[in-house]
Amino acid sequence: MADSDDRPDTGRRAVLECMAWAGGGLVWTMAGGIPASRLIGAAHAATETGFSFVQISDSHIGFSKPANPDARGTLKTAIGEIAQLPEKPRFLIHTGDISHLSKPKEFDDADQIIGMAKLDVHYVPGEHDVIDEGNGKAYLERYGKAAHGAGWYSFDQAGVHFIGLVNVVDLKSGGLGNLGAEQLAWLAADLKDRSASQPIVIFSHIPLWLVYEAWGWGTKDGAQALSLLSRFGSVTVLNGHIHQLMQKVEGHLTFHTTMSTAFPQPAPGTAPSPGPKLVPADKLRSFLGLSSLTVTHGKERLAIVDRTLAAG
Amino acid sequence: MRNILSRRGLFFVGLLLFAYVTPATAETARVTIDNFAFTPAVLQVKAGTVVTFLNRDDIPHSVVSEGGAFRSRALDTDESFTFTFAKAGEFPYFCGLHPHMKAKIVVVP
Ligand SMILES: [Cu+2]
Repeated sequence: MADSDDRPDTGRRAVLECMAWAGGGLVWTMAGGIPASRLIGAAHAATETGFSFVQISDSHIGFSKPANPDARGTLKTAIGEIAQLPEKPRFLIHTGDISHLSKPKEFDDADQIIGMAKLDVHYVPGEHDVIDEGNGKAYLERYGKAAHGAGWYSFDQAGVHFIGLVNVVDLKSGGLGNLGAEQLAWLAADLKDRSASQPIVIFSHIPLWLVYEAWGWGTKDGAQALSLLSRFGSVTVLNGHIHQLMQKVEGHLTFHTTMSTAFPQPAPGTAPSPGPKLVPADKLRSFLGLSSLTVTHGKERLAIVDRTLAAG
Repeated sequence: MRNILSRRGLFFVGLLLFAYVTPATAETARVTIDNFAFTPAVLQVKAGTVVTFLNRDDIPHSVVSEGGAFRSRALDTDESFTFTFAKAGEFPYFCGLHPHMKAKIVVVP
């Protein structure tokens, strides 16, 4: 057990796929669109003129099926990992599916566990968070009081503009995630007077880019949102929903999905359905994790460190 | 003791029979949800059929009519939703959580 905790195993290697492993964490730095990995220590030294934040996702509090009988426990581990980070994050972003069934007790438990980080948390809902009787009313009352529409909003932190979008409500038959005309109009207005040199971090539950259409892993009008961002020099798109790491770089855009803290899902097309992927219990934590992101002023790209829950 | 049990058993059998026999005119049919798919994908029933949608996945799904004729709440594992298809016609539907899941009920007179 101790051995599997501090050494990469095949399971973890499979999760990280094309990334090189570097003792508990890995940093992506981007130069000219070419990703290169560095050790965490090097990243730490480079953050003197910036700040970092953490993305967690898909905590699915209430889930208790064989793929993870204890989603509360693994969320607690993830929150504990945050205290181990080399640099204290300014805040957390949770990219949705906080709960499994939108039940008050699930939200209560999630709040209690995530609250142990003692950091501000910026949420967007997943489709599992808007299945209460009021189709998302419970989520909005708890997390979206200051937000627009179904829960979208923006805020600034040390010169970086953060935008939280909602693409899990009013989904249409046969389709993907959906932002809708009202939200796109709000986004256009939100971006209108901003300098193209302001770094943008935009996040939503379902990927804004098309990951895998057959499983609905994409956003129907995501391209419209991205086109509004095309004039900006640094855009980072953060998503959850697919319960696995995925990253690509297109020009000034970096796309990144983070792991779930609850259970993994199969890689696109490798299983009959995107349902929970069953892995041996002692390997589960190497399929779960969180992402730490560091903004360095004057650098085009954020440094992203993905940590599995087996790393601590 | 045994007597009470058997009498109670008889009472339940009677109840079940009553429940089963009373809506004798209503036919029933079932759609199951496994692996993020409705089975059968196209179900043909006679008008008046009571259709039960049963979720057997370990992820919640819902049953949403495209035309607004019916809409279930989210169904957790082993939960079901029942709807009586009174009128003839085609009723395409999808999962409100995973809208790539599509299927259809065809109701004939
Ligand atoms: Cu579904």
